[in-house]
Amino acid sequence: MIASLLGVLFDGLAYGMLLFLISVGLSVTLGLMNFVNLAHGAFGMVGGYLCAAAIARWNVPFLAALPLAFGASALAGLVLERLLYRRFYRRSHLDQVLLTIGLTFMSIAVATFVFGPQQQALRLPEYLSGQFSLAGVDLNIYRMFLLAVGVVLTAALTLVLERTRFGAAVRAAVDNPRVAEALGIRVGLVFQIAFAAGCGLAGLGGALGVEVLGLDPGFPLKYMVYFLLVVAVGGTSTLKGPLYAALLLGVADVAGKYYIPQVGAFIIYAVMVILLILRPQGLVSR
Amino acid sequence: MECVFWLVLAAGFWLWPKHLALASHVLIAGLFALSYDLILGYAGILSLGHAAFFGLGAYAAGLLAQHGWGEPISGLLVAGVCAALAGLLTGFLVVRGQDLTRLMVTTAIGLLLFELANRLSGITGGVDGLLGVEMAPLLGAFRFDMYGRTAYGYCLAVTFVLFLGARRMVQSPFGWSLRGMRDNPGRMLALGYPVPRRLIAVYTVSAAMAGIAGALLAQTTQFVSIDVFSFNRSAEVMVMLIVGGAGVLYGGLVGAAVFTLAYHYLSSLNPVYWQFWLGAFLIAIVLFGRGGVLGACERVYRLLRERRREPASQP
Repeated sequence: MIASLLGVLFDGLAYGMLLFLISVGLSVTLGLMNFVNLAHGAFGMVGGYLCAAAIARWNVPFLAALPLAFGASALAGLVLERLLYRRFYRRSHLDQVLLTIGLTFMSIAVATFVFGPQQQALRLPEYLSGQFSLAGVDLNIYRMFLLAVGVVLTAALTLVLERTRFGAAVRAAVDNPRVAEALGIRVGLVFQIAFAAGCGLAGLGGALGVEVLGLDPGFPLKYMVYFLLVVAVGGTSTLKGPLYAALLLGVADVAGKYYIPQVGAFIIYAVMVILLILRPQGLVSR
Repeated sequence: MECVFWLVLAAGFWLWPKHLALASHVLIAGLFALSYDLILGYAGILSLGHAAFFGLGAYAAGLLAQHGWGEPISGLLVAGVCAALAGLLTGFLVVRGQDLTRLMVTTAIGLLLFELANRLSGITGGVDGLLGVEMAPLLGAFRFDMYGRTAYGYCLAVTFVLFLGARRMVQSPFGWSLRGMRDNPGRMLALGYPVPRRLIAVYTVSAAMAGIAGALLAQTTQFVSIDVFSFNRSAEVMVMLIVGGAGVLYGGLVGAAVFTLAYHYLSSLNPVYWQFWLGAFLIAIVLFGRGGVLGACERVYRLLRERRREPASQP
C-alpha cells in the first residue's frame, strides 16, 4: 500500500516536472505577454519528433539529441515569432486564438504527413532504462533522470531570471513595457528571446516526454488543456507558481488514473472547471 | 436580396437533387454557426466548447428516438430544452471572468461532456456511436427517404424559422445591448444594464439553437457519433463563422457552406491535406481577410458604388 503510494507519488512528480518544462514557456507568452497561445504544444511536438528521428534515423545518442530538440524548437519559435506572432500582440484574443489554432492544425497535418499517424517509440540508452530499488520501492531510472533534469533546469532558470541582467530586463519588460522601453531596454528583443527560450524548453520537454507522455500527431491538442491549466493555476509572477501547479497536476493525474481508472481524464477537467469557478479573475492576474 | 437567398435554398430540391444529403449537412452546420454567432459575433463571448450543446441536443434527440419516441418535432423541442438548461447552468460559469478564463471553462466543459459520453457507453454507445435511432414520419406524412428529400425540407424549414427568430432578437433593443456589451462592457454596466444576466440569457438561447442543430443531425442521419462532442467540432464552428463573417447573421450560413463544400472536396483528396489547408486558411484569414466572405463582399460592393458615384459628381 505504502509502496504503491510512493510509486504513484514518484511517477506523478516526474510527470509534473515534464509538464512544468513544457509549460514554463507558455507562462511567458500567456501570462506575461497576455497572448493566447494554443499552439504551444506544437513546439513540444517538434522537439519530440526531432529527438525520435535523430535517434532512429541518424543514430545520434540520446543525450546529444536533447540539445538538438531544444535548438530546433527554439529556432522554430524564433522564426514564427518574427513572421507571425509579433503582428498579433496587440490584436484581439479571438485573432490570437484563430492564428494559434491554425498553426496547431498545420503542425498536426505536417507531423502526420512526415511521420505517419502512429505513436513514436524511442530507444532509451541502457543506462537510463530499467528499475532501481530503494527501500523496497521500485523506482524507474528514467523518471529519476527526468526529476534530476527538471530540478537542474528550474534552478538554472531561477538563476537567470533573478541574478542576471537579462533576467532583470525580462522582469522590467513584463512589469511595465513602456517604462522599460524608455529606460533603453529593447522590449521587443527581450520578448523575442524569452519566447524562443520558452519554445526551446517545450521542445526539450517534448523530447524527454516521448517515453512518458507518448508522441503522436495529436500531441498539441491532447495536452493543450494541461499546459493551459499549469499556467492558469500557477500564475505567472514567479517560477514557483507554475512549478507547484505542474507537480500537483502531475500527481493528481497519475493518482487518479491509478486508483480510479474508470473515471479517467474526467478528474482533470472537473478540477479545471472548479478551480476556474473559485478564482475566475485572479488566475492569470499579474 | 434576402428573399433570393432563401428561394435559392428552397429551389435546392430541383437545383441539386443529387446532393440533398450534403445540402442538409450545410444547413445543420449553418444553424450551428448561427447559434455561435449570437454569442461570439454579437455578445463577444469567446468559446471553444460550443460542441457541448450540439452534442447534448444530438444525444437527447437520438436517445429519445432510440427509446421509442420517434416523433421528430417534439424530439427537436426536447433536445432544445435540454441544451438550453445546460446553457443556463454553464452560462453562470462562463460569463464570469475574461476571454482566457471563458476559453478555458468552455473548453473544459466540452471535453468533460466528451469524456462523459465516452464513459457512459452503456447509454451512449461510446465510440461505436448511438445506433437504432428510428424516426417516425415527419408530421405523420413524410417519411425520411433515402434521397434525403424530407430531411432537406425539414432542415431548411427549421433553419429558416430559427433564423427569423435570431434576426428578431438581434434587431431588438436586447440585441443592440448585446453589441454594446461586446464593445464596452464597463460602460454598459455603468449605464445600468444587467450585463451578466443578459449574457447568460443569450448564452442560453444560443445553446438551445446549437442543441436543435445537433438534434437535426441525429434525426436526419439516424445516428449519433461521439464525434458530436469533439474539440474539433467546436474549433470548426468558430472557423465557419470567421470564414463567413462574425457579427452578421448570414455569416454563419455562408461560412458553413464554404467550409462544408471545401471539406467535402479537399478531404476526398486526402484528409491530411485538409487539416493543413484549414490551418493555412485560418492564418490567412486573420492576417488579411477581415470580416470573412461577407466582409469582403461588402468591401467590393462599397467600392463599386463609390466608382459609380464619382463620374456623376464631376461636372
